[in-house]
Amino acid sequence: MSNATTAPANGEIVFYEVDEHAHPEGHSTALGFWIYLMSDCLIFAMLFATFGVLGGNYAAGPAPKDLFDLELVALNTAMLLFSSITYGFAMLAMEKGKIAQVQVWLGITGLFGLAFLCIELYEFHHMIHVGATPQRSAFLSAFFTLVGTHGLHVTFGLIWLVTMMVQVGYRGLIPANRRRLMCLSMFWHFLDVIWIGVFTFVYLMGMLR
Amino acid sequence: MSADTHASATSHGHADHGHGHHDEAHSHGSYRSYLTGFILSVILTAIPFWLVMEGVIENKTVTAIVITAFAVVQIVVHMIYFLHMTGKSEGGWSIMALGFTLIVVVIAISGSLWVMYHLNTNMMPTHDMSIRR
Amino acid sequence: MAASYPVETSFLFGRLTLDALPLNEPIVVATFAVVAMGGLAVFGGLTYFRLWGYLWREWFTSVDHKKIGIMYMVLGIVMLLRGFADAIMMRLQQALAFNGSEGYLNAHHYDQIFTAHGVIMIFFVAMPLVTGLMNYVVPLQIGARDVSFPFLNNFSFWMTTGGAILVMMSLFIGEFAKTGWLAYPPLSGIGYSPDPGVDYYIWALQIAGVGTTLSGVNLICTIIKMRAPGMSLMKMPVFTWTSLCTNVLIVATFPVLTAVLVLLSLDRYLGMNFFTNDFGGSPMLYVNLIWIWGHPEVYILILPAFGVFSEVASTFSGKRLFGYTSMVYATVVITILSYLVWLHHFFTMGSGASVNSFFGITTMIISIPTGAKIFNWLFTMYKGRIKFELPMMYTVAFMITFVIGGMTGVMLAIPPADFVLHNSLFLIAHFHNVIIGGVVFGMFAGIAYWWPKAFGFKLDPFWGKMSFWFWVLGFYFAFMPLYVLGFMGVTRRMRVFDDPSWHIWFLIAGFGAFLILLGIVSFLVQIGVSILKREQLRDETGDPWHGRTLEWATSSPPPAYNFAFTPVIHQIDAWWDMKKRGYVRPLEGYKSIHMPRNTGAGVILAACSVALGFALVWYMWWLAALSFVALVAVAIIHTFNYNRDYDIPAEEVAQTEMERTRLLAGQVTP
Repeated sequence: MSNATTAPANGEIVFYEVDEHAHPEGHSTALGFWIYLMSDCLIFAMLFATFGVLGGNYAAGPAPKDLFDLELVALNTAMLLFSSITYGFAMLAMEKGKIAQVQVWLGITGLFGLAFLCIELYEFHHMIHVGATPQRSAFLSAFFTLVGTHGLHVTFGLIWLVTMMVQVGYRGLIPANRRRLMCLSMFWHFLDVIWIGVFTFVYLMGMLR
Repeated sequence: MSADTHASATSHGHADHGHGHHDEAHSHGSYRSYLTGFILSVILTAIPFWLVMEGVIENKTVTAIVITAFAVVQIVVHMIYFLHMTGKSEGGWSIMALGFTLIVVVIAISGSLWVMYHLNTNMMPTHDMSIRR
Repeated sequence: MAASYPVETSFLFGRLTLDALPLNEPIVVATFAVVAMGGLAVFGGLTYFRLWGYLWREWFTSVDHKKIGIMYMVLGIVMLLRGFADAIMMRLQQALAFNGSEGYLNAHHYDQIFTAHGVIMIFFVAMPLVTGLMNYVVPLQIGARDVSFPFLNNFSFWMTTGGAILVMMSLFIGEFAKTGWLAYPPLSGIGYSPDPGVDYYIWALQIAGVGTTLSGVNLICTIIKMRAPGMSLMKMPVFTWTSLCTNVLIVATFPVLTAVLVLLSLDRYLGMNFFTNDFGGSPMLYVNLIWIWGHPEVYILILPAFGVFSEVASTFSGKRLFGYTSMVYATVVITILSYLVWLHHFFTMGSGASVNSFFGITTMIISIPTGAKIFNWLFTMYKGRIKFELPMMYTVAFMITFVIGGMTGVMLAIPPADFVLHNSLFLIAHFHNVIIGGVVFGMFAGIAYWWPKAFGFKLDPFWGKMSFWFWVLGFYFAFMPLYVLGFMGVTRRMRVFDDPSWHIWFLIAGFGAFLILLGIVSFLVQIGVSILKREQLRDETGDPWHGRTLEWATSSPPPAYNFAFTPVIHQIDAWWDMKKRGYVRPLEGYKSIHMPRNTGAGVILAACSVALGFALVWYMWWLAALSFVALVAVAIIHTFNYNRDYDIPAEEVAQTEMERTRLLAGQVTP
């Protein structure tokens, strides 16, 4: 920590700062939110561990090959990837201070997120319809919980995103809102990273079993 | 805390002063970096899907290792281009938190798999459940 | 599957009926009567003296880390009374239930008591005490005005309290879990525990867990971001270091508990098959996952206690802490190693020799850094001018007691020995030995040490020493017999016994529990007497022990803003250094200080969470939906409030500081 007050010119030792030493509001928000995301990451780690242990226990029920439709998963992945880059564009617009552009990109991100959720719900509905319910086997319990938890996070991300759009509309791009948009950006990209794990270890590996 | 003085919402735009760890200067990347990240992710997603859907590699274990490698690379790509992780963000604390979390995640997942695998083989040697299809 | 256990539910009250009230349990009814009368008396008193407004404005809605810290301590001490009541009931039952006697507790009640005792002592006594101490002390030690996220701090406290409230409700509405404190399935599954007890357990821990995790995030950020200029990591006080490591552990383990309890609730509520016996579920997976949280949890509790002992040992020996660097490294090593030992809690599960030997060895390795710490404290005392004030007495008692507990721990770490001692009273003796000898003594040392900082007067030494001796002797009487009984093969959680040769040991243990009761009573008397005698015990210097760290630089109690001027740090023991080098307290040039504003949002959010938990326990789906929507709505509405801080004007700071100058002038400077 470099600080002018620790070594003043006249060589006298200083024990306090004369100027008010304010920690500006939100100066630790980014780090705090990142640490929160790390804790969230551990929740997912546990769900992945559970899936890893129970993922082969079909209890004479359907297996991944009977259930998964990789084309649908690919489409879903595409939705999430598109939403990630559109969120990135929203952040770039925010840096330039263009409110309207921010709102448009946020809106598009939200639509992609919604599409992702709809596809996922369709997939769940289809599986339950053919009898592959979460209760059917430990594999399906673990599958629905892991993928569903990710979906739940996306849902909360969407609620947050809509809230942010209202707040940006209401207050503009004030520092508090910029900070919040940045946190949401971390959240959104974080969900994307989790999804990489999901499609690799659940869907693709599932088809290999 | 008695007196509520007038505190307007925008009055706390304190200029960061001194104090080394305040200068965040959060980088949000550029169009270029986002596009690079996006294109890389598309490629890194498409290849594993293609490998599995077309059954390009005969050996399933090899396929699994390859797609795991792709996943790891893609996670790194996302970290760099979308989450803007560098060794310097937040004075190195972000990457430190990430590193620690990764260690814990690896310990917890691999440990659980190891423990439960041994448990299953020791305690239920003839049980169907331990046979992977 | 859930469907095979139909329960009668009504729309309005779910499965809650009048039968849920434990009217057939005279003990519970009597307890309820006492609690209700006590509660009414408190409520009436507060109303009569018109204190509700004061409490709401100055305490419940406060975002001041000092007030929140004190509220955590109050919560911990109140819950200690409940947790201890459970303990002494168990001791009494086990001392009575011999020679054909059934004792005075039926199995249904007894099983709830040992579960509640464990859950309450860990989650609602030890955790609040530890968190409260960290909350109070850490910002002062690092020269900060508050924590990084003051509102979050308030919210975390109320979530922890919400969990405690839910546990307390289970005493009178329905019942608590009868599964033991970790609720292993399949016993905790819906098939074997269809009652709401396990659901109370799940939702109490989930709600409190949210608070704990967020408070962990908050304190990590505070320590990383809010240190006064000049305080590099290796100049942080040791208590701050241990707090940092503890909070890292909290953030990196409590999500594990959350996830595991979610899986258990999915089994119970939706009939999924994670931990069931059929459909491919694996009950052992639960045991494996929950100990990934469970083992680091014990380090979460002990590390801050280590920090307290470090501060106390150096202050009361009048010396710099011996081996500061090795102390820090030992703490960090313990933090990381604590993730590599979880299987030693279930060596007997059958993972085989390779797994067991790995975890046995890692467990033994952990005793190395811990041993290093013990030597550091010893060498700190060596040739020091030791003052045996209460905190120092607890420190010495800790060092003796904890070493015994540590050695029995290493015994249990040997897998073949564990196969004999697993789930026996030897284990019970071991973990009470380290938790009482470590955490409890540490918290009492911390309370006695920092009390004058928080309230401006010392605690009465006579009653403190009474409490100390009752606690220490009580501990040895209560738990040394359990080591013997463990070797004799007595398993834990037993209600009746038929071997008369064990009886004498249970009688001795019961006597020990009685001594501990006297210890707790003495502690409460100590607080009462101290408040009455506060003028005699008054400390106006703000530095009653000739302390070494920054919290002693400010007044007692500290002003809302902690420090009028942010201190600049040059050495490890910053305040000692300042005193030695002739620091002169500035008397003018005060600036206005920017502070966060109080808010009631935390209380409301936690109240919604309690309602949600209660509704889920009793299957009142309409209330669950309503409180969930309310929770989200209040959270969102709260974010629309951008007006969250205010300035303490320079004149007010000047006035507060002048008052301190006046007090200090009346002192002979030490």
